[in-house]
Amino acid sequence: MKTIKRDVLVIGGGSAGMAAAAEIRGRNHTVAIVERDNLLGGILNQCIHNGFGLHRFKEELTGPEYAERYTEIIEDSDIEVFTGTTVTEIEKNDEGKKVYAFSAHHGMIVFQVRAVVLAMGCRERNRGNIGTPGTRPAGVYTAGLAQRLVNMEGLMPGSKCVIVGSGDIGLIMARRMSWVGADVRAVVEIQPYPAGLTRNIVQCLNDFNIPLHLSHVVSKIYGKDRVEGVDITPLRDGIELTEETFHIECDTLLLSVGLIPDNEIARKAGIDINPETNGPLVDSSLMTSVRGIFACGNVLHVHDLVDYVSEESHRCGAFVCDYLESQSEERQFRMIPGSNLKYVIPNRFRADRDNHFYMRSLIVRNHAELVLTLDGKEMGRKKLRHIQPSEMISFTLKEKDLQLSDLNNDSTLEISLVG
Amino acid sequence: MSGLFDVTIIGAGVIGSAIARKLSSYDLKIALVEKECDVSFGVSKANSGIIHGGFHHDSTTLKSRLEVKGNLMFDQLKEELHFPFHRCGILVAAFNNDEMRTVEKLYQNGVNNKAIGIELCNHERILNLEPKLNRDVVGGLYAPGGGIIEPYRFVFSLVESAKKNGVELLTDFKVTGRVETDDRYRLESADGRSIESKWVVNAAGLYSDEISRIFEAEDFTITPRKGEEFLLDRNASAFTSKVIFPAPSHVSKGMLVIPTAEGTTMVGPTAQMVDDKQDASTSKANFQAIFSSARRLVPAVSERDIITSFTGLRPTIEGDDFYIEASSIKPRFVQVAGIQSPGLTAAPAIADHVKDILKVEGLSLSEKPGYDPYIEDVPRFRNSSKEELDALIAENPAYGEVICRCENISEAEIVAAVRQGHDTLDGVKFYTRAMMGRCQGGFCTHKIMKIISRETGMSMDELTKRGGGSWLVNKKVGDFALRDRA
Repeated sequence: MKTIKRDVLVIGGGSAGMAAAAEIRGRNHTVAIVERDNLLGGILNQCIHNGFGLHRFKEELTGPEYAERYTEIIEDSDIEVFTGTTVTEIEKNDEGKKVYAFSAHHGMIVFQVRAVVLAMGCRERNRGNIGTPGTRPAGVYTAGLAQRLVNMEGLMPGSKCVIVGSGDIGLIMARRMSWVGADVRAVVEIQPYPAGLTRNIVQCLNDFNIPLHLSHVVSKIYGKDRVEGVDITPLRDGIELTEETFHIECDTLLLSVGLIPDNEIARKAGIDINPETNGPLVDSSLMTSVRGIFACGNVLHVHDLVDYVSEESHRCGAFVCDYLESQSEERQFRMIPGSNLKYVIPNRFRADRDNHFYMRSLIVRNHAELVLTLDGKEMGRKKLRHIQPSEMISFTLKEKDLQLSDLNNDSTLEISLVG
Repeated sequence: MSGLFDVTIIGAGVIGSAIARKLSSYDLKIALVEKECDVSFGVSKANSGIIHGGFHHDSTTLKSRLEVKGNLMFDQLKEELHFPFHRCGILVAAFNNDEMRTVEKLYQNGVNNKAIGIELCNHERILNLEPKLNRDVVGGLYAPGGGIIEPYRFVFSLVESAKKNGVELLTDFKVTGRVETDDRYRLESADGRSIESKWVVNAAGLYSDEISRIFEAEDFTITPRKGEEFLLDRNASAFTSKVIFPAPSHVSKGMLVIPTAEGTTMVGPTAQMVDDKQDASTSKANFQAIFSSARRLVPAVSERDIITSFTGLRPTIEGDDFYIEASSIKPRFVQVAGIQSPGLTAAPAIADHVKDILKVEGLSLSEKPGYDPYIEDVPRFRNSSKEELDALIAENPAYGEVICRCENISEAEIVAAVRQGHDTLDGVKFYTRAMMGRCQGGFCTHKIMKIISRETGMSMDELTKRGGGSWLVNKKVGDFALRDRA
């Protein structure tokens, strides 16, 4: 058994974990990263398409290139990285947190740290989660697994595909499968609007003449050993129009039906989970309900751009440093999502600095306004050109816009969308 | 595979495997033949995993005798074979006076069957035993002797033990013909192989009627009764401490809430007669029925927690009992058919019973001196303490490589599965539980494929989900000449 004492342990070596660790090390605190996989970068490593880094680096990078930028920062620092290492448990003790991890090389490692950053990313929803009926043949894959097989293992998961869900990974895989010679026969989306970024609808479907069936579901899977086909049924007001069902022959069904933050360790540590995001509830410093444990990146809420993950995680790293350095606790106030918003993160705000919020819309509109109300009184509006659930909205509330004198202990800030 | 077998058992489900293991304690040359690519891949795979409490069936039936006897054998079997098994107890919940009367009949059955510790409960008592029950419960039955096991893992262990004691397992061996001579049968397989055996036990589950026909023995019909089940996440708040039954109807024991041996929750099954023995499809209509029925028992059951669903087929036969007899038409041919619920519970007792039948019919049984009932226990990452894990990794670093993150399954356990002959994704899944958790293989499937390929020498495009045409990948990227796999 190995015991390692550091200021901070970052769990997860993807884009979030690396950014948080870099920030923390930059302010001279000792930090280690544990990563399950054998290399840093997380899911970025299998995303060989471009479009990453437009905000962060002002360039269009591929996933591995984006990961490499950060990997170099980590390698050039003295941050210790434990790859091939799995965390099983976080315990509280008098000195802070005790984190248990296991690896083939080290056996058990016990990290004794003052703070922990959760940066474990997310997982894909699967067939069971969406309850698709039919037989259970081989050939039903999540889009991410198919991406891993194609891009990292060089293997074709099948030749004739139907894709369920128009999330970004599904769209990118539609293009990728077409490029490697598969016949992508349809993308089926249950919602009346696409779930992925507009640019991906254009570049991945329209450019390849792949039909997108909005307001449709895969109503049955056929095939005994391997997928042989699927039934597709249109929806009207949420009701299946069974008589209009049509059949598509295929040998592969790829599912891109949403991502869920991977919070099993967080739950075990007793951290409160936000039912809207499946990530932890966090205060204005991205600290969870357990003092000294922070969260950032896709484990907190699913982001649509890695650039936002990095941005949020750098900020998280800075908050961790503030926590390690400061003696007193700052006053925080409640932040809640109002009408037409699925969630707002973080769930608390402070009056003595700028507050950055991320939120997701429940509606599709071309012109909308973000409305801020403090204790029922409107305090500001911001115009938004286009909103849809798949595109995250970010908003910064400046320190100067808030007067501490206007706030009392029960003060609540609400953000709503009006469209 | 060579020479002449004394006994051949057709079907490596729980019944065939239990019989093979029982007979392996005698000085006999035994073959266990299975049409699928791995054992337990038929009826036994999609089983609820309940070790029944001995109260559902009338004490005059063979079913109830073998159920009660079988139930009592599981503690010893667990010692020997290390499969997950908990005697967690069973509750039958009644929600009105009619149901309470049904429950009283069950109680009487249990008393007559000498089921351990069986008791009738009032409202308070049953809620005390299981606080997650719907508070409208009027009362019910408690059978502390009931429990849960991992059914496929039980079958794997039985076969491993049987093999250890000399039984030859032949998979992908679909019996399609037989030739009969004076003192033996030749069993012909669809792929051209054949074996000879003096005695044959028909434990072919759903297909036992077809096997009987091939042998020109008794004419009976097996009708599949479909049972659809849903598996809920291990974090689901619906997880109960005991198996919860509703008051049963005349066709089935009803839809239950089952805390599985490994900490997930299962709800179901439905009971629907079908014509097609291969129809294991799920449907939307059943989804509604199962959840509304399960929520009536345990209100915390939620669709939000579903991780997967599947369908099992029970092999039902005319009449209310198991059909276990020496054929009256064909010599040295034993029928073990219609083994639906409580077949899993009864399995070890059925094996003893079949052994007795064989003896009466003239098979000479002498105990094998070197018989060893124990198999090696494969330590599991998730069941080990931190200190145990540290020591395990020092001995075998593959224990430090967590492959399945949802169920915490290490590389060492996957390798053990493959080395036991479970070389398909489903084989590994049912041996280890890898890919059985909330992500359903999203993160670990490719890693497991690589381990199987490395351990067996099979190339990636030779790997399957469960044998036959269930291929996983069909070519390499860049290989544009489509290979026709159809």
